[in-house]
Amino acid sequence: MGLEEYKGVFVFAQQVDNVLDGVAFELLGKGKDLAKDLNTDVTAVLIGSDVKGLVDELAEYGADKVIVVDDPELKDYRTEPYAHALASVINEYKPEIMLVGATAIGRDLGPTVSARVATGLTADCTVLEIGDFPINAVAGQEQKHNQLLMTRPAFGGNTIATIACPDNRPQMATVRPGVMQKITPVKGAKAEVIEYNPGFTPNNRYVEILNVVKAVKNTANIMDAKVLVSGGRGVGSKENFKMLEELAEVLGGTVSCSRAAVENGWLPVDLQVGQTGKTVRPQIYFAIGISGAIQHVSGMEDSDLIIAINKDEGAPIFDVADYGLVGDLNKIVPALTKALKAEMAE
Amino acid sequence: MKIVVCVKQVPDTKGGVKFNPDGTLNRAAMLTIMNPDDKAGLEAALRLKDQYGAEITVLTMGLPKADEVLREAMAMGADKGILVTDRVLGGADTWATSTTIAGAIRNLDYDLVITGRQAIDGDTAQVGPQIAEHLGLPVISYAQDIKVEGDSVIVQRQYEDRYHEVKAKMPCLITALSELNEPRYMTPGGIFDAYDNEVTVWGRADLKDVDDSNLGLKGSPTKIAKASDKVPKGAGEMLKGDSPEELVNALVGKFKEKHII
Amino acid sequence: MDFSLDKKHEMARTLFKEFAENEVKPLAQEVDETEVFPQGTVDKMAKYGFMGIPVPKEYGGQGCDPLTYVMCVEELSKVCATTGVIVSAHTSLCIDPIMTYGTEEQKKKYVTPLAKGEKLGAFGLTEPGAGTDAQGCQTKAVLDGDEWVLNGSKCFITNGKVADVYIVIAITSITEDKRGRKKKNFSAFIVEKGAPGFSFGTKEKKMGIRGSSTYELIFEDCRIPKENLLGPEGKGFPIAMHTLDGGRIGIASQALGIAEGALERAIEYTKERKQFGRSIAQQQNTQFKLADMAARIEAAQLLVYKAAMAKATQKVYSVEAAKAKLFAAETAMAVTTEVVQLFGGYGYIREYDVERMMRDAKITEIYEGTSEVQRMVISGALLK
Repeated sequence: MGLEEYKGVFVFAQQVDNVLDGVAFELLGKGKDLAKDLNTDVTAVLIGSDVKGLVDELAEYGADKVIVVDDPELKDYRTEPYAHALASVINEYKPEIMLVGATAIGRDLGPTVSARVATGLTADCTVLEIGDFPINAVAGQEQKHNQLLMTRPAFGGNTIATIACPDNRPQMATVRPGVMQKITPVKGAKAEVIEYNPGFTPNNRYVEILNVVKAVKNTANIMDAKVLVSGGRGVGSKENFKMLEELAEVLGGTVSCSRAAVENGWLPVDLQVGQTGKTVRPQIYFAIGISGAIQHVSGMEDSDLIIAINKDEGAPIFDVADYGLVGDLNKIVPALTKALKAEMAE
Repeated sequence: MKIVVCVKQVPDTKGGVKFNPDGTLNRAAMLTIMNPDDKAGLEAALRLKDQYGAEITVLTMGLPKADEVLREAMAMGADKGILVTDRVLGGADTWATSTTIAGAIRNLDYDLVITGRQAIDGDTAQVGPQIAEHLGLPVISYAQDIKVEGDSVIVQRQYEDRYHEVKAKMPCLITALSELNEPRYMTPGGIFDAYDNEVTVWGRADLKDVDDSNLGLKGSPTKIAKASDKVPKGAGEMLKGDSPEELVNALVGKFKEKHII
Repeated sequence: MDFSLDKKHEMARTLFKEFAENEVKPLAQEVDETEVFPQGTVDKMAKYGFMGIPVPKEYGGQGCDPLTYVMCVEELSKVCATTGVIVSAHTSLCIDPIMTYGTEEQKKKYVTPLAKGEKLGAFGLTEPGAGTDAQGCQTKAVLDGDEWVLNGSKCFITNGKVADVYIVIAITSITEDKRGRKKKNFSAFIVEKGAPGFSFGTKEKKMGIRGSSTYELIFEDCRIPKENLLGPEGKGFPIAMHTLDGGRIGIASQALGIAEGALERAIEYTKERKQFGRSIAQQQNTQFKLADMAARIEAAQLLVYKAAMAKATQKVYSVEAAKAKLFAAETAMAVTTEVVQLFGGYGYIREYDVERMMRDAKITEIYEGTSEVQRMVISGALLK
């Protein structure tokens, strides 16, 4: 199959409206580590319309090369022209590793491309490393070296699996945003730029975008917050979230929530933490009136310090909390706000 | 209009996740349900049926027991159920799964294929787009609204900060979000009918245009190197106090210890 | 002998349980507190076919069996006994006699909209002076040309005023036997809401099942078409008794559900509640009580399901129904009382559901034949 023909670590540099997504930089950061272990380099694949201006930014974040596929058909994301672009790049340049952000775009593009180039794809990875497969040598089976070992949580975070793709290339993974570390940008860094256009001929698979409707964004990005004060079903009402806001304010934090709070219409979905929401890693995470369903926990368990306030002492949230307070949140939260205010004033 | 809806039977995490004494997941002790995103996809199909008239075939791949989700779908209003089950199909990753399901769908007449965005046990969101790729269909993932207009569908395709209103010619494949709708209940009579009717069972031999090398564990390009059930993080400290004030004081004390304030 | 449910019944139970948890439970406290009939829930149940479960499809029903219907009332009553009795009175006391004794026209005209839940049904036998002694009824019906003219009143009628169709039992003649004793001959009638001369008295304020609509029915020269006689003239009493046999299975399921709901709460609560440094579920006193309740509830369930199966397969099931109702109702009362005790002070507080369950349980020992009536039916069969 000529697997050795495949060289280099490629990352899909996702951009929307000609602005690079943070996950592109995170993938470059991780890609650099992997490339070092494999003694190779990192290539960003930049796909879009009039996107050449983004090349330098990718170089500053660690791209050694940038392959640019620039075509008017690629203005807004559509599965088909993008999949055609990325699959063509893979077939032409044969990377051994192809990383894609596990975003609403990447989780559509990744599977389509992997099926097209007939390789495996591991979804939503949180750890990537180079190692052997099988991890421990097994008699009668060749142990392959320098394999990409892709670790991902499954079952809402209840299980963890490490996956390899030993017999197909490239080894593809989508990577959960917010998990990998980007490097400190190197000002003035330059990358080798390769322009490539496989040609785009619309067919039945090209869908038509009738409208692009942007959500009005008036909420803070909870993924950037240092302190999150998160509320769930136990908060009881939209009005009660005011208490959480006051606590967040004292600590310079932001309010976030569990899925239950979104379903009840108390807070918008972009403040939701958890599997169907965002993965967060603040320094302090308050889980208030959140029972701690695994889908929620998987989105916040890597926070540095977790404080849970819940009236039910058997709530699973206490299993992940560093400090647990059992009692009525309607009394504890205002008391805490008041106490912290007093401490800060001293 | 003919609609194929793909569904999966998954363990229910809502009633709490059960662990064995050694900390591994106790799947046998957990109830099974129809995967929530798939159920939303089925509901979307049923609404299209209510509105425009349609014949709905539900398709699942799994163990013989997965027949239950087909009955449930039929009890909600689907017309037919097909269970793809065969020992040689076991251990499939998303590539082999999508190859199998595409091989089953090739036997059918359809205008629309609907799948859920992702299953709560695997969380990959890969099978839907991969089926579309194998069948050469346009795919619209993350659908939050679906309408039919003539021979096309108009779908709101969700992204993190926006949605696209997208038009695609049928046949096409749509992946549904559980936020798409509130699925209906079954009816008691529907349940009785579902069990009085037959579910079609297909094996390897019934799959069209698929190669053995792409099926089951052997045909899966991704291999599990290591799997472990995650051991829950050790419980922290429960702060003591008989009143909210005492609890708060204890916490503030910890904050001071850690130089947070 | 196999006591396990088959797959379709298992799935039906899952459906009823999900519906009860999502749609009924959140309203139970409010329904009790405000005493408002849960019309929204009834509309939802209609949409999903719960108002015609044992009715054949050709009459707008679901084509299921009495066991499925019983499980529906049971699961609804686990979370809200009011909702359970609405379905029970509608199905057992109104639809069932029309299905059993009605003409084809009557079935088409009345059962179809009832089974679809477009209309709600009720049943009127009891009068202020005639409870257990149903023979004491005074309401009369006289044929006048093409119409029956009804005069009298019925009391404590479940689904009263909200129902559209009423089965009413009235005296149509008085005959003398050989020894010269007067005997009342009853007949059954289908009366529609809105019939001239048909009105409602005041709403009863009750101890339990407070959201169920309990009214007095008043007939003042109420005129209904001649063809609304249900079954043969003079056969009203056996029709009423046979209808109550079916109704008792419904009430037995309601009682069963109340008991099961209370036990579920007790299990949750006793695991959480700590006294003397450990959960009260760790005290043997609690454990033994829970065990006794569980055993008793399962015995009740077996009697109720047996009665439902008897209704499906036998012409007469009076004794089975009486045993099920007697045992299930007394179980409901005993279990809820015990659960309130386990809850201690919290059990007496309205915010905790078990107080409501205890009030709801009491009626199951009274309506559709008191526990004493059930004992009469059972012993009557033993000694005949």
